[in-house]
This record gives sequence, structure tokens and C-alpha cells, in this order.
Amino acid sequence: MTKKTPLFDQHVAAGARIVDFGGWDMPLHYGSQKEEHHAVRQHAGVFDVSHMTIVDIAGERAREFLRSLLANDVAKLSVSGKALYTCMLNEQGGVIDDLIVYYIDDTHYRLVVNAATREKDLAWLRKQAEKSQVKVSERAELAMLAVQGPKARELAAPCVDAAFRDAALDLKPFHGMDAGDWFVARTGYTGEDGWEIVVPAAEAPKLWDRLLAAGVRPSGLGARDTLRLEAAMNLYGNDMDENVSPLEAGLGWTIAWEPADRDFIGRAALRKQRDAGGMRRFVGLLLEDKGVLRDHQRVVVDGVGEGEITSGGFSPTIGRSIALARVPAGDYDRAQVDVRGKLLDVRVVKTPFVRNGEIRIDV
Amino acid sequence: MSELPGDLQYTSDHEWLRREEDGNVTVGITDHAQSALGDLVYVELPEVNQEVESGGDMAVVESVKAASDVYAPIGGTVVAVNEALSDDPEAINNDPYGEGWIVKLEPGGDEGALLSPDAYQALLDDIDS
Repeated sequence: MTKKTPLFDQHVAAGARIVDFGGWDMPLHYGSQKEEHHAVRQHAGVFDVSHMTIVDIAGERAREFLRSLLANDVAKLSVSGKALYTCMLNEQGGVIDDLIVYYIDDTHYRLVVNAATREKDLAWLRKQAEKSQVKVSERAELAMLAVQGPKARELAAPCVDAAFRDAALDLKPFHGMDAGDWFVARTGYTGEDGWEIVVPAAEAPKLWDRLLAAGVRPSGLGARDTLRLEAAMNLYGNDMDENVSPLEAGLGWTIAWEPADRDFIGRAALRKQRDAGGMRRFVGLLLEDKGVLRDHQRVVVDGVGEGEITSGGFSPTIGRSIALARVPAGDYDRAQVDVRGKLLDVRVVKTPFVRNGEIRIDV
Repeated sequence: MSELPGDLQYTSDHEWLRREEDGNVTVGITDHAQSALGDLVYVELPEVNQEVESGGDMAVVESVKAASDVYAPIGGTVVAVNEALSDDPEAINNDPYGEGWIVKLEPGGDEGALLSPDAYQALLDDIDS
């Protein structure tokens, strides 16, 4: 039995093709994934991300707890509402999940973790929390909408309470705010500006309807995936998992090595891996030929070795196929990918591929 | 769901074929198939003169979402491919039974299990229920 978000009826009414995603009935698209993708790049789209898991951490030792739990350092956060992207590691340095942590105050933090990893995340959080006497509360009664695109905030602003509208419009990137029993943050997973809005489940349908009436296009998980791929944002389970460290997933920048005496879970293993060297690269690939790169295809680097595409697909913005791949160490910018037995030429490029509506690579 | 063209035959892999007056057979994918795949972005076509066996791989259609094989519904020889698809793969989305045709075959071998419009409609009804 799959779960439904509070917006399920809205999806059906908007003509969604519904698919099972991690046990949830979610919209894949509402007719055209490509058009939804372009709408987010050029205008505004809204995604139902209520399947994602919101967990509040509370207690006198919340800050200390998260400093030990997460590879990035919540001590960097001092302004209420500020967000931090981080990995939660196991002792081997593998990624249990990637998540966003919002700082409310030193005794309150909000985590947003992936839907597909919900159970193991909660189990890990609760196990680690036993020692710290912090309270771990899943907020399943909340829904979340991501309004994304260059026009997203402008179109969404009239849809939120006038009492906090101006403050929400003043939010800087990667900042959020409590707004009554809502929470608004200038964050997202598309490479565009926008808001993620957390609301009580009962209020989600009305907000959704108002956003659509304001001209925001309903957008499904399909477009969400091509948008995040263009923005070179990692997808848990594809680009990294419990057997891959952030150092080999392009996420070295999310590890806070300083202060050196902060002993977060996985630190010793990461350090060992870093010191050993020879780590695989995590790179962007642009297909030179026609065709489409897909997850798990073999990457061949002549004279160097082999790697694998972790996320591949077609970029609607560029009109060519792009991928993220884990490949052998070395200095090279050409490779080939095995597409159904044929070796196709790819170029190793600096990511992101696309950000804020602009193509950022040479094509 | 739109009405199925009555002058075509179908396969359980959601392909259609039309018997042309010159004896050749035109092959494409059905409206159901294009809808399930979503926006098409690339079509890998076979070479002209390539021989195909009934049920064997013949082409690949790729959407933003996934790649999907197109099987030869009958054995034979490829006599034409729809080159226009390389620049406009979405023709398959827009006109699956017309401009979105994929391959023309000269029959010459086994014929797989082909379905009448009614039989294919029954299969679709079964999927929907």
C-alpha cells in the first residue's frame, strides 16, 4: 500500500501520471516533463515534496549532538533560519543520507532528509540521540511545496500570509524563517531561485491551488530530476550511498575539517581516505554525439581505467545528454561511455551544467 | 484514450505495423507507448538493408526518462528508416501512427504474434484496470 501526500487529489486533477516513488504515490509529470523543466528554468514551477521527511531536533544538547552527527558543522550557523547542506556518515565514512539542516536556535534544529531513506535515518538518529538526551521528532503532519524558478518568489508571495510576506521576500539564499505554523526557506533542488514552503498538511491543497492560479506550473519528479542533474546536485542512492564517501561524490566541500578537534562520525575514516590519496574523481560529462547517457553505464578512460555514470540523462536546457560520473584519478578531459556496446565520446566538464537559467559549460 | 487506428496490427510490446500496398510493412510504437515513455529525445535507428528477426532488437527510443527497445514485429529486411526522427524525435509523441513511424521492413521470415485492434484494445483495457 503506497502512501499519498496531502496533495494527491491536486495531482490527479492536474492530470498527473502517478508513479510509486519510495513507497509514495507521486506525480512523475503532468503531461510533459520537458515543458515542466523549461517552465522552472524560465518562469516558475511547483513541486510537491511532502514525501520528504522533516525531523525536528530539540534539547539543551542539540547543537553538540548535531556537531557529532553531521560531517558539516552546525556551529557555522548563528542566524536563525540559516540552512546548511551536509552528509550524515557512518563510521566507515559512507553516506547514510544527505540532508539540509536549518538552525532555529541553539536548542532547536530542523532536518529535511530523503523519503527513500526515512526509516534508516530515523533509526540512526534515534540510536545516536540516546546518548545525547535530545528529542527527535518526525513531523509527518507537515507538507512541503517547492516553488522554483526565476519568477517563483514573485508569484508565490501573494499566496502567503501578508503578515510575513515581506520578511519572506527579504530572505537571503539558503535562509529560512518560521512564519506562524509555516516555514519558508529560500532553498531548492533545481539550480533556480525559489522557496521551499512547509505547511500543515490541511493547508497544503489551498496553497497549491493558489500557486497554480498565480501561473505557477505543476511540475513532477521527472523534471525535478533533470533540473537537479543540470545543476549537478547529487541524488542519494545514485551518486552516493553508504559505500561511498563524500570525498568521492563531489561533496568534499560539505565536510568541515576545522576545528580539528570536532570528532564527527566518520571523520577518522574520511581522514584516512584523504591521506591515502588516489581517490576517484566525481565529474560532469557532456556527450559529444547524439544519444543519451544513463545511470550505471561504463565510462572508459583510455590508458587510465574505468568508471561509472551515477546519474545520466538528457538535458532539456542544453539539448544534449549529460551525466555525473565517478571515474579514476588522473588528469584528463576526454573519455568514452559504453552505450549499448558502442563507445561514445564524452568530454569531462566542470559542473554545474546549468544554473539560474544559464548554460555554464562550453557546448 | 484516443481510438486505435483500425487499419493497423499491434503487438503486446505496444508497437504497430501497417501493411503497405508495395508489400512492405511500416512499424512504429503506439500512442500508449509514447505516452508511457514521455517526451522522446533520441531514436537509435537500424541501418538500411539490416536483416531483423521477429522479436529481435531493431531500434531504441529514448525519452527523458528511459531507453526502450523497439523489437521487430516480423522478420525481414530494413528497407527504410525515418531519418527525420534524428532531429525531431518528438514526432513520435505528436503523431505516433503517422510522422512518428520508425522503420519500414520488407517481410521475409517469421511473423510474431500480432494483435487485431480489438485484441490490442483489450490488452490496454487490462493494463488500465
